[in-house]
Amino acid sequence: MSAANLTLRQRLHERGLDGVTLLVVPGVLFVLALFIYPSIYGLLLSFEPKEGGVFGNYIKFFSEPFLYTTITKTLVIAIPATAINMILSVPVAMRVRLMKHPRLLTTILVIPITLGTVMVAEGMLTYLGPRGWLNRTLMFFALVDEPVRLIHNYWGVMLSLVITGFPFTFLLTLSYITGIDPSLEQAGAMLGARARMRFWRIILPLLAPGLAITLALSFVAAFTVYPSAVLLGAPAGPTRVISIAAYTAAFEEYDYSMASAVAMLMAAVQVIVVAFLLSLRGLFFHGPASSGKG
Amino acid sequence: MAIVSRDFRELRLEGVGRAFGQLNALQDITLTVKRGEFVALVGPSGCGKSTTLNCIAGLLQLTDGSIWLDDRRIDQTGPEDRGFGMVFQNYALFPHMSVRRNIGFGLATQHRPKDEIAKRVDEALALVRLESQAEKLPGQLSGGQQQRVAIARAVVVEPPLVLMDEPLSNLDAKLRLEMRAEIRRIHTMLACSTIYVTHDQEEALSLADRIVVLIDGKMRQVGTPEQLYMAPANRDVAEFMGYRNHVKTTARPVEGGIAVTMCGAAMLGTVPHTAGYETVQGAAMAAIRPDDLHPEADGPLAARVEIAEYHGRDFYCVGKAEDGTDLYFRSPRRVAPGEVVRLNADPSRVLVFAT
Amino acid sequence: MPRSIGERLWALSVWTFIGFFILNLVAMIGSVLVNSFGTRWFNTWLPNGFTPSWYALAWNEFKLPDILIVTIEVVGAVVIISGLIGVPAAYAMARRRFPGKTAVMAIFLLPLLVPPMTYGIPLATVLYQTHLGGTLIGVILANLIPSVTFVTLLMIPFVEQIDPRVESAARVFGASTGRMFVQILVPLLLPGILASLLLVLVRTIAMFELTFLTAGATSQTLVVALYYAVFAAGVRPGQSIDAMAVVYMVTTLIWLLIALRFVNPTQIVTRAKR
Repeated sequence: MSAANLTLRQRLHERGLDGVTLLVVPGVLFVLALFIYPSIYGLLLSFEPKEGGVFGNYIKFFSEPFLYTTITKTLVIAIPATAINMILSVPVAMRVRLMKHPRLLTTILVIPITLGTVMVAEGMLTYLGPRGWLNRTLMFFALVDEPVRLIHNYWGVMLSLVITGFPFTFLLTLSYITGIDPSLEQAGAMLGARARMRFWRIILPLLAPGLAITLALSFVAAFTVYPSAVLLGAPAGPTRVISIAAYTAAFEEYDYSMASAVAMLMAAVQVIVVAFLLSLRGLFFHGPASSGKG
Repeated sequence: MAIVSRDFRELRLEGVGRAFGQLNALQDITLTVKRGEFVALVGPSGCGKSTTLNCIAGLLQLTDGSIWLDDRRIDQTGPEDRGFGMVFQNYALFPHMSVRRNIGFGLATQHRPKDEIAKRVDEALALVRLESQAEKLPGQLSGGQQQRVAIARAVVVEPPLVLMDEPLSNLDAKLRLEMRAEIRRIHTMLACSTIYVTHDQEEALSLADRIVVLIDGKMRQVGTPEQLYMAPANRDVAEFMGYRNHVKTTARPVEGGIAVTMCGAAMLGTVPHTAGYETVQGAAMAAIRPDDLHPEADGPLAARVEIAEYHGRDFYCVGKAEDGTDLYFRSPRRVAPGEVVRLNADPSRVLVFAT
Repeated sequence: MPRSIGERLWALSVWTFIGFFILNLVAMIGSVLVNSFGTRWFNTWLPNGFTPSWYALAWNEFKLPDILIVTIEVVGAVVIISGLIGVPAAYAMARRRFPGKTAVMAIFLLPLLVPPMTYGIPLATVLYQTHLGGTLIGVILANLIPSVTFVTLLMIPFVEQIDPRVESAARVFGASTGRMFVQILVPLLLPGILASLLLVLVRTIAMFELTFLTAGATSQTLVVALYYAVFAAGVRPGQSIDAMAVVYMVTTLIWLLIALRFVNPTQIVTRAKR
């Protein structure tokens, strides 16, 4: 049958466009209207400052220490937190993958993720406060003379990012590690490689692409920390993170243009860090982490 | 580093057992593999043959018994210190390393000098005829080529013992025949010992010097391919070795063999004595390969043909005997379903087991 | 495999860490629970006495009934709408190749990769400009963004694993599209729909950022109300805040436990895995 004989309907069908394809339309419209459009709108709005030229907001951000230091303050929290979570996750996941029934453990670890940062913050305020169980225990064993200050400072935010971030990083790492064919490690053992060498020479190179994605997601989550920075940190001082700057601009100063500019800068830093992490991935092998028929 | 040297005399398994919780996957395996021998472990799936191999490799710990290499006990040694070569069912090639680095991995763990590694990898590549593929990644190779790399990687360290876990099961039929010859050639060239796991009895018959039949985690027979093919020790082994027909008989020892009666009064003939059959008397079971059962004008067994498949040289047929027993046989002439044929087998090819 | 002393010590230290983490987690949740029932708690391991009265106080002071109703409305609407939009979209994505499919996929993936705090600010701006900000509808719309895309991406592989020949077979036997949908597709897809909607439910109860940025005084969900209560700590007794935290915790964990009957814990985080 030549193309001329086909109806329009049939020709569209040939290209994959028919009634079924239309089912995707509501979803696409929805995301376009509530995600893509606001993002573009925010970008444009950020160039329409209340005062100053097109780049007024950005010039203001980078000239006021109270604003531009939020980027470094956030990085000083987010980078170590991400690193700690990653460094803890890999050995734990390596061990847990050998368990026959890891389900109970993964269920326990998914709880802090599900409860969320607000609930963890409230729990930490009670548990880590000067009269909380942790300080009582430390003093009971005479490890410290007076309560350690773990909340309303940098460490409070850092700890909350580990409590919610470690399980997230761990579960993601675990799912990547269990995707590696166990017979590869057995093959390494049969060829004389000890556990340490098997990890560095076989597991880690195969895990690297997954770890890059895990690192990127963990970093992005830590970089946009908000409730714990306010509730557990010192929001006027060392834990005045970039989210706080954005929120203040929008809902305390009602300067949506400035708030959008801060949000755009937030996104820009994320894009730079994620692009950097994913480019590292290119240095490693990227293909299926299993062998089997080619 | 490896605790074994090439000049060992034998590998001994003494009462080896492995339980998974309540389940005894392996019981009382006692076996000696001599240097240079090619031993096949066969059995239906789930019989424990891979478990046995993993125990020898050190990938699984024993729950019972011991493994010896000459007079050194090795079952407490980790797989990395046993120095055996292993070819995995899915090849387990490192996907991120070139063929050359895959093959050289075992030498690199021994911290051999670079030029020695290069030279020996080249030799191994030549051995498996993959010289031109050295720099490729495993993912770029065909199944048969990956298989060769896996073999080269296992043998390049010159292990005293090479373990192969169903290495041909992922290949298509034609390639399987080719690789079978290849494996035998490499085994002979390297003069190493090989323990080879397969569920394919034909593969075991064609490759091995000695075959071990495992059923339900127990050793049921050890012998040469001829012994297993011609004289399986019991019904289970016979069934696994292709004796598909099981016909109820009554047996009676006579001069030079056993006379059997099958399916009513039909006399099949005498079955010659073989070791162990002397005691068979009364109710018994006769086992016959489909290849040995064929239509004959005055054959003693009557069967109604149910299925007849044309396979080129002859017809593969299934029929039912008068007492309802299924009979599998070959017919050189066309038979039609519904037709009643009379079947016979050469008495020397019929095995009789006590029930 | 037999292990050396070094490997054993390493394993031991890893398990010690896991134990330490879980111990602190349990103690953290436990101290909230104990405090919410405690009378006076000062310089002792446990409070002087126990009372349920903080719950009554929290119930009235924080207007918990109103908050719970809003939470149910928001979560219910988000679950139903994201199912209605997400499942058909996933079906189309799984069954058809069409021009621009990669771009559509990227559009669905982005809201799950970009953290809500980043896109929440411009989204709230737009919602406030259209006078939806601060209303219940605004909160629902905002929460639908991650939910619709989450359901879609979770359902695509689920639809793909159903052999299209099953549908062809139904058509060959004369089933109409509607009939096929109801009698063949829905039963086959039901486990996946249930799993993804339960996950959406848990995630929406716990979704702080988007609700926080778009909610007004009368459209707060439980987690946002909890945030404001903790933020204004000192105004009300700490025990009543903890009582509210327990209410939140119980709500979330019950649904988590139900969800975990249908999904694996790792699925909760592997949303962005490609």
